[in-house]
Amino acid sequence: MLYLDHAATTPLRPSAWAALESFRHTFGNPSGVHEISRSAKNALEAARERAAGLLGAARSDEIVFTAGGTEADNLAVAGAALAGGSPGDVVVSAVEHKAVLESAAFIGRLGGRVDIVPVDGRGLIDPGAVADAVGPDTAVVSTMLANNETGALQSVGAIVEAVREKNSATLVHTDAVQAFISEPVDVVALGVDLLSLAAHKFGGPKGVGLLYVRDGVRLEPVLHGGSQERGRRAGTHNPMGVAGMVAAMEETVADRTSFRARVGGYRDTFERLLAAAVPEAEVNGPPDRRLVQHAHLGFPGRSSETLLIRFDQAGLAAAAGSACQSGAVEVSHVLAAMGFDEAAAAAAIRFSFGWTTQPGDAELAVKIVTGVLEDLA
Amino acid sequence: MKAIVAMSGGVDSSVAAALMVEAGHDVIGITLKQWEDADGSLPTAGCCTVGDAEDARRVAAQLDIPYYVLDYVDEFRAAVVEPFGRGYLSGQTPNPCVECNRTVRFKALLERTADLGGDVLVTGHYARVRWHPAGYRLERGIDPAKDQSYVLYMLTQAELGRIRLPVGELTKPEVRAHARRLGLRTAGKPDSQEICFVGKGNYRNFLAEHFPETARPGPIVDAAGNRIGTHEGTAGFTIGQRRGLGIAVQEPRFVVDIDAPTATVVVGDRDDLLVGGCSLINTSFVAGRPPRDGGLQVKVRYRSSPVAAQLTRQGDGWVVRFDEPQRAVAPGQAAVLYDGDAVVGGGTIESVIR
Repeated sequence: MLYLDHAATTPLRPSAWAALESFRHTFGNPSGVHEISRSAKNALEAARERAAGLLGAARSDEIVFTAGGTEADNLAVAGAALAGGSPGDVVVSAVEHKAVLESAAFIGRLGGRVDIVPVDGRGLIDPGAVADAVGPDTAVVSTMLANNETGALQSVGAIVEAVREKNSATLVHTDAVQAFISEPVDVVALGVDLLSLAAHKFGGPKGVGLLYVRDGVRLEPVLHGGSQERGRRAGTHNPMGVAGMVAAMEETVADRTSFRARVGGYRDTFERLLAAAVPEAEVNGPPDRRLVQHAHLGFPGRSSETLLIRFDQAGLAAAAGSACQSGAVEVSHVLAAMGFDEAAAAAAIRFSFGWTTQPGDAELAVKIVTGVLEDLA
Repeated sequence: MKAIVAMSGGVDSSVAAALMVEAGHDVIGITLKQWEDADGSLPTAGCCTVGDAEDARRVAAQLDIPYYVLDYVDEFRAAVVEPFGRGYLSGQTPNPCVECNRTVRFKALLERTADLGGDVLVTGHYARVRWHPAGYRLERGIDPAKDQSYVLYMLTQAELGRIRLPVGELTKPEVRAHARRLGLRTAGKPDSQEICFVGKGNYRNFLAEHFPETARPGPIVDAAGNRIGTHEGTAGFTIGQRRGLGIAVQEPRFVVDIDAPTATVVVGDRDDLLVGGCSLINTSFVAGRPPRDGGLQVKVRYRSSPVAAQLTRQGDGWVVRFDEPQRAVAPGQAAVLYDGDAVVGGGTIESVIR
């Protein structure tokens, strides 16, 4: 099976495997007084310091470990909106991940005002439009660093500046879940107050993530229980998962320049060969402002549902839209926000390349895609 | 041969998939997502639920076959649910399972079978497809208690050549026993009785929610036209219905007619239900042509026994005349024509002939 669905999840990096295995005997609950507990606590806090350093955070206690990207997004959006007691207002873009959009909708149900900022036909957010939506009671703005479907890169730095100018008390969150594997992520350079990561998108284990929370930012917890993570995230710590995540972060950062050249090259080869073989295929999203590993393509007149099944039968794993709980392919809210009609949205496929992609994979993928298209014609 | 098996998550289609695998075919399991809740998710109660899709997926995993969910929500709504509501609005008693087979399963899905890489489409229906020198025959399933040939009458030669109905060769107890032998998780799952998108709820509640215009009150009258009560909407009634009329009378009273334009429900006694025949629309014949001899048996409801009848042409359409008058013949239901065990064809009952 040729795996070109790395944006959904990517295999564990060797360093992450090693880190997980190193926990064979370190099983302690960090919240305890004895030696077993202490060694787990030490491993957890060492990982926190390394994570903070990798993100350019000033203090290690600015890192809150979570059970993944969705929880980090929930804590950021709902936690910030509810920090003041009564629900504050929320501004999000129309192409955010469901974890952000649904957290905003939750705040809306509690009585907060929710503004959804539209995007242009390439899926890009206009920083000025975000600032226009910010009012005196806007608690938090959430705009992603890169879109998980098209890979479109947003101008988060410019959004932060525009929002600060409008309301200096408004917090800015960015979901960097999809971007981290190939884009530099430095919380100070970005200027954000909150930033989410999910380990499994860059070669860490599933079920672990983190939220960067700038020093001084107050959040209302979304999980209620013990006082772990300085009261910001209840629940027994996951030192093994965290160690796996941070090892993968280190490997990702060390590999990033090479990844961009290497994996970006595979993606470019794929798109070039495919454009020659299937001239009607179109690149969705901004061609020159997107993640190097994403190829989001439209196949006019085709059904992505049928294509994905045929690709699977032919040994190629790709994706379309976002899978719903039953597994059926739903029309993507991202493409709808970009102005795609239903037919165009239902004809789109995302091929995403990753750290295990090999030379020759792009050529093989093009061969499979063209073979399936010819067979269907 | 590559087989696409439509798996509902029930025991019949689970066993259909298993039989195809055991026969050595290359099998792909699919589930049609036909209906969704307002938020776009699968229903959690009734049929077509998340749990059903999950059962189908798990059975596919047990059989070690690929499995996919296909989105047919828009097609299903347009071709099955909307006509269901419109049928009740016009005083008919629609049969959505027939329309689903006609327009979704054995049309849209069958046409797509090749695109999905399949040579044949397989379902878990209790009916048999037989090749005879004169062409394909559609026959009743072996199990008389489970025979589903009624809802497949619209199939014609081109379709029958591309479908397989393996459980039609088995009885229901045999199907369950086979599922148990294979350890399929659906072996003991209860049969679904209800209309899938209505679920366990009352279909009248479904109509009130999705087709509020069916809630149009009107009079209940007797055969002589005397008003003897009122009702909350004609969609609450079907021809032959006895219970829930909301009228106080000594003798048993049955719905004998529904006049949608005036929202009038006519009730009468048992004999007022008797009709001599019915006219058909959407008529089709399995052989692709009408039978030479009009002497046949006909079923006017899924759960009724076939009765002797004559099929004759009338203008552009067809008329069925029962040898003996029949009760409870409801426009909108299918009249399915049999010659012994073989389905000859059928159509939708347009109107009754008294």
